[in-house]
Amino acid sequence: MPSSNPNSSPTAPRTLADAFAARRAHGQAALIPYICAGFPTADDSLAVMEAAAEAGADIVELGVPFSDPLADGPTIQRATFKALEAGMTVRGALDILRRFRSRYDTPVVLFTYLNPVHHFGLDRFVREAAEAGAQAILLTDLPAGADAGLEAMVREGGLELIRLLAPTTARTRIPAVMEGAGGFLYYISRTGVTGARTALREELAREVEALREEVALPIAVGFGISTPEQARLVAGVADGVVVGSALVDRLEEGGVEGAGAFLAELRAGMDGKGEGG
Amino acid sequence: MTETAAAAAPPAADARYRFGTFGGRYVPETLIAALDQLEEAYEEARTDPAFLSEFDALLRDFVGRPTPLFRARRLEEVTGAGPIYLKREDLNHTGAHKINNTIGQALLARRMGKQRIIAETGAGQHGVATATACALFDLECVVYMGAEDVERQALNVFRMELLGAEVRPVSSGTSTLKDATNEAIRDWVTNVESTHYIIGSVVGPAPFPRMVRDFHAVIGRETREQILEVEGRLPGSVVACVGGGSNAMGIFHPFVDDAEVRLVGVEAAGEGIETGRHSASLSVGEPGILHGALSYLLQDDDGQVAPAHSVSAGLDYPGVGPEHSHLRDTGRACYVAVDDAAALSAFHRLSQLEGIIPALETAHAIAYILAEARALTSAGPCVLNLSGRGDKDVAHVARVEGRGSLL
Repeated sequence: MPSSNPNSSPTAPRTLADAFAARRAHGQAALIPYICAGFPTADDSLAVMEAAAEAGADIVELGVPFSDPLADGPTIQRATFKALEAGMTVRGALDILRRFRSRYDTPVVLFTYLNPVHHFGLDRFVREAAEAGAQAILLTDLPAGADAGLEAMVREGGLELIRLLAPTTARTRIPAVMEGAGGFLYYISRTGVTGARTALREELAREVEALREEVALPIAVGFGISTPEQARLVAGVADGVVVGSALVDRLEEGGVEGAGAFLAELRAGMDGKGEGG
Repeated sequence: MTETAAAAAPPAADARYRFGTFGGRYVPETLIAALDQLEEAYEEARTDPAFLSEFDALLRDFVGRPTPLFRARRLEEVTGAGPIYLKREDLNHTGAHKINNTIGQALLARRMGKQRIIAETGAGQHGVATATACALFDLECVVYMGAEDVERQALNVFRMELLGAEVRPVSSGTSTLKDATNEAIRDWVTNVESTHYIIGSVVGPAPFPRMVRDFHAVIGRETREQILEVEGRLPGSVVACVGGGSNAMGIFHPFVDDAEVRLVGVEAAGEGIETGRHSASLSVGEPGILHGALSYLLQDDDGQVAPAHSVSAGLDYPGVGPEHSHLRDTGRACYVAVDDAAALSAFHRLSQLEGIIPALETAHAIAYILAEARALTSAGPCVLNLSGRGDKDVAHVARVEGRGSLL
């Protein structure tokens, strides 16, 4: 089913739970593209968000760029630095979100590092982001237990807090990570930074299955997914498929149109319609 | 302000990761297991007599400790104040205090069964000290260094390679120390199961700031014994340069509970605070999160990390150790800033007055003593942590002063 339809008036966003439930009802997984705000320009990143919604993306991760993206590989670093050079700011990212929300109901997760939003004032940022139409936030460098005060600000401000689990996370730590987690669980498919890879780890299916015993939320898998075939394999074991670096690559090569076509290919791959899109 | 309110009441479970409100473990989830493992290994090691005696023996026989406390009589003459003592960390093997920490962490890596070591380096001193420890313990060693620093510090790159390390230039971001640190963290996230990250200062996520401080606290402990022996009293002041702040924390730590000992940290004012081209995080930064810790940070209006500047590569870092932020906010230590020109002048002065060519980093602290010797000695002797020797800086100073390239 189509994830959203453009409207002429501001659109009431769907919840993350709805987005997953709608796909699950059809035996499908959610497609979750990462888009860096301001890359290559503010308008183009908005256009990619819109193209993503049209291509069947169910949730959009909107990246707020930070000068020191230490969890990201070369591709997203490059997008980040270009966005900052082109003048993207925290406020600019919220503007993009607002413009997207005026036409699409696709849920949006803000994806960033702590410092820019901490400097802005996390409580204020969360409030303004919720008003602008975000559903959730993922803070790469705020692991569970690192700062209860900041976590409380996210929840009180009206956003769901997306939590990550890594292959290195101790099993005994999982309940603490999931406590207070919202939306979906983001499972990092391998140790390392973000970036496209040619092969997925064989253990992935087993790991996701094991997680289901302890995690009630939908499970999305990210880090390294770069082809429709990989997206299909991950969609077979997880509830959501996150694609970031590969999308940045396609945006650089083929512009907004190329990025949209790539997302349609991924969607088709995930839905078992072959790689043609 | 929001940022102080945000960190105002850390939960009790998290208190051991902090200094007041500063510090913490703001890292990707992938690293949590490694930090837990490191914390556990360190907690065991620090009270294990076998570990401590091996560490002490290496500091004595390999590093050359204890380092002397030298009375700088000609410095006293020209300033008309005294007594002034120099804690001679420049006499350590590899030429600076840095090796205290790399020996300690390499021992820990061996204890944890990790065969691969990574490190970041700015000027190359920490990289050389890490490569040295890795040679000693037969560990694989990869050092990340900003591409600009690789150019500027070619001799230290060669030194690391001689010691068997691989130097990887980093050309993302500003191509300097903070980007080398980002890249080291990325490597660690990727290879965390086989690799230990020997961080070079009292920065980073817990337990690094406390652990690195403890490995360097030997500087302060020796100083305390030595000054009590020659002067029969504690120092009136202790002065050290601050980039990340490891040599300063090392000498400050054993004096923190002695309220009568004035602790002074000297940051790099670069081309002048007002020019914006400096590294004075504690003087003019705001609390922020970089490399896993909440601490004072140079940043722009949008919370992007601002590039640091100093004539000395070792101070050229936009952040600072979280314990310094705590000492600053509680008033226990005070922090001042000295610019490039004053540091260069002090570099020459100490060379000619005492026959000691200091590291450019250290020269910032010397400049402050040259200017404020009377006040610093008013309540007792002043001790300067002479954190490193300046051989590494000779070619750079010649270039800066228009003497062309000597290398």
